[in-house]
Amino acid sequence: MRTMRRLLATPEGATGFAVLALLVLVALLAPVLSPGDPLRIAGRALTAPFSDPAFPLGTDRLGRDVLAGLIHGACTSLAVGLAAAAAALAFGLCVGLAAGFAGGRVDEALMRVVDAFQIVPGFLLALAFVSVVGPSVPVVVLAIALGAWADPARLTRAEVLSVRERDYVAAARVAGMHPAEIAFREILPNVLPPVLALSAIIVAAAILTEAALSFLGLGDPNTVTWGSMIAEGRNVLRSSPWLSIFPGIALVVTVVGVYLLGEGLTRALSGRREEA
Amino acid sequence: MTALCEIRGLSVTYRGEAAPALGGIDLDIHAGERLAIIGESGSGKSTFARALAGLLPEGARVAGHMRWTAGSSPQPGRDLGFVFQDPTASLNPVLTVGEQVGEGARRHLGLSWKAAHSLAVEMLEKVRLPDPERTAKAFPHQLSGGQRQRVAIAAALACGPGMLVADEATSALDMVVQAEIVALLGDLVGAAGMTLLFITHDIALASGFADRVAIFRKGALVEAGPTRAVLAAPEAAYTKTLIASHRDLATPPLIRAVAPLIRAVAP
Amino acid sequence: MNRALRLIARRALASIPVLLIVVVLAFLLLEMAAGDAVDAYLLSIGGGDATVAQSLRAAYGLDQSMPARLWLYLTSLARLDLGWSVAFGRPVRDLIVERLPNTLLLMGSATALSFGLGSALGILAGARPGSFRDRALSTASLVLYAIPSFWLGLVLSIVFAVQLRWLPTSGIETIASGRTGLARAADIAAHLALPVGTLALIYTALFLRVMRAGMAEVWSMDFVLFARSKGLSRARIVLRHVARNALLPLVTMLGLQAARMIGGSVVIESIFAIPGFGRLAQEAVGGRDTALLTGIIVTSAVLVIAVNLAVDIVYALLDPRVGASERGA
Repeated sequence: MRTMRRLLATPEGATGFAVLALLVLVALLAPVLSPGDPLRIAGRALTAPFSDPAFPLGTDRLGRDVLAGLIHGACTSLAVGLAAAAAALAFGLCVGLAAGFAGGRVDEALMRVVDAFQIVPGFLLALAFVSVVGPSVPVVVLAIALGAWADPARLTRAEVLSVRERDYVAAARVAGMHPAEIAFREILPNVLPPVLALSAIIVAAAILTEAALSFLGLGDPNTVTWGSMIAEGRNVLRSSPWLSIFPGIALVVTVVGVYLLGEGLTRALSGRREEA
Repeated sequence: MTALCEIRGLSVTYRGEAAPALGGIDLDIHAGERLAIIGESGSGKSTFARALAGLLPEGARVAGHMRWTAGSSPQPGRDLGFVFQDPTASLNPVLTVGEQVGEGARRHLGLSWKAAHSLAVEMLEKVRLPDPERTAKAFPHQLSGGQRQRVAIAAALACGPGMLVADEATSALDMVVQAEIVALLGDLVGAAGMTLLFITHDIALASGFADRVAIFRKGALVEAGPTRAVLAAPEAAYTKTLIASHRDLATPPLIRAVAPLIRAVAP
Repeated sequence: MNRALRLIARRALASIPVLLIVVVLAFLLLEMAAGDAVDAYLLSIGGGDATVAQSLRAAYGLDQSMPARLWLYLTSLARLDLGWSVAFGRPVRDLIVERLPNTLLLMGSATALSFGLGSALGILAGARPGSFRDRALSTASLVLYAIPSFWLGLVLSIVFAVQLRWLPTSGIETIASGRTGLARAADIAAHLALPVGTLALIYTALFLRVMRAGMAEVWSMDFVLFARSKGLSRARIVLRHVARNALLPLVTMLGLQAARMIGGSVVIESIFAIPGFGRLAQEAVGGRDTALLTGIIVTSAVLVIAVNLAVDIVYALLDPRVGASERGA
């Protein structure tokens, strides 16, 4: 795709893409790179990093391999982050499109609901949802999505409203295009780019929210995530701070990668818009 | 007429563009004259104006030279006033009209804020705005397009510069307002003995107003000379085309079929 | 100005249906709690028989139909009764009133600090877009904003509290120290330094980016060129023309961040053991106290609405176009 090529042409897009591609690769190859259960006791407890070649990043309180945790944690953190963002975007897009096209009372009602979800802090909502329903991966995904769908909904609706009034839509209507056809061929392609640009921010926020939830002990107890590793490391913060530091670095690198990709995407898409 | 500025071989290329926006302009600007720069879009007339005022964007490459009789290039604000096409965009929406008219005077004339405010009110009166005291305290969005352009003119002339550059200053206004603004400009410039550089695409407007005209086309100077001479006996082919394609109420209709109907209806 | 005030009054009125939706949402949450608070309570005291459970439920009105319960909830909210916290054995309202000031102090300080620092740095970066200074600040802010607040809190805690021992690790003040007045304020300040610092670092990054982006956009506007044509000093153009306009989207961002900041207080207060509103949410989760949790959610919504109204007022003061209709051609 042309956009893809343009994305990779920008330094941000290229770097972000490289970082994320690497992470996705690591996540997908987790069982190969680090076979076995990362939560199993692998060696002596609290081995320092860079001291034992068998455990390059050390072990935690229970003797679990930190590197294995990082690799498998990548899988969960990325999967949850991406799934939650996808759910939030999909739902937000639907609501925004419906509100923008329907107009009138339906639009008003939908927007009040969107307002409500924007006013309640997303994290509190996610917290409450997980606490009430129970911590498991799908519930965490849904919880994060619940707190995140309002922004894309509002943005989509704003874009639909602005595009609806543009001259080329009026021209299409005058030319006799069917409303559904206008919706799909004229409006939708022009609504997508800003929403897609927002997607990077949503993915980054989802990853950070998942980490925070795990940190507070609300993640799935049977999986290892970077957040839960940080929480684990907190118990031995004074003696072995690296246990909390490494997963945090992994988080920062991931989120920076997502942001860079997002900026590259925005730039690539805005160039295309100017051409349109 | 003494030359205010001698321009030789002026060329401007914007950053990131291969072709020059302006190429090899040789022109004299005489002190106290009204010079109209006429051209279509892309002719380089705005670039010329900005180059004169030193308002080109960063990275623009300038070749050739402009020799000013005063010695140094004019200081924007103090020696040269600039009025832009879109009065709505020219004014800062969050500052009062009075502040925007007086801020140049404060910097160049060293006035206090109080003195600058009085000067602003004076200037607003000079540009024939009703109730100048109240206008000075108003914000741009509270005024009409024509009023905003008067404010812009007041701001440009606040420090009493010797030269005014009006870049399509009336193009964004309604016809009636256009005439008023042109008349206002004429009076202000005449009263102060200023030099006026009037950029426009409207040859008719220029013909009734300017002493000299310069025709620009695709970044080059096609023809220059006294207005009457150039318009009555144009030398360059492009000038002839420009004059010929001008349309007003006296020109015959394009669609001939309409003509019999008009003849039938007219008493 | 009057028109602006009327606009804000209208906005406040429009918030009421939204608040109602939030309340209904909170109520649905309460309903969803599978094992309700009574069960959790009974579990915590080692079990109880059916009659005890029944009488408890009747006392809390938990044995009635859903619409009846919703009405009960709405009417008690109208009386500012937020329910009873089973985990703490106290009215929810009292708990919230007790804990909220600490969070407000924390959030308020962090916001004030980061807004000031962020806009100043953003102006510096945006004064010359594309310069080395700009690129350095933009990159730094990108990385900072990517850092999870709880991790940053831990790292700063390790460095300043554990290794260097400059600041205390937790709490809001030294317990039972008996300090009053200025000495007490200084003690609280020392305790809040790390959590406020953590939050301020991250929010500064955000405000920096917004200010810088705003300035980059304003630079391309015609009135800046007009200001240049008046020969104004660079400082005046940067501050009075560009930054003054770039401030507007920044103020809007403040309003948008209110909700996120309240959510963020949960983890920060958890790390630094600050007895605040956010920590209360975590404790509610731990104690399976849905009534407390929903009380917190409703209160947060009210807080966010209040903050947004305040931001609207500030915005109206800064932008004379608010509430006015366009006149003329």
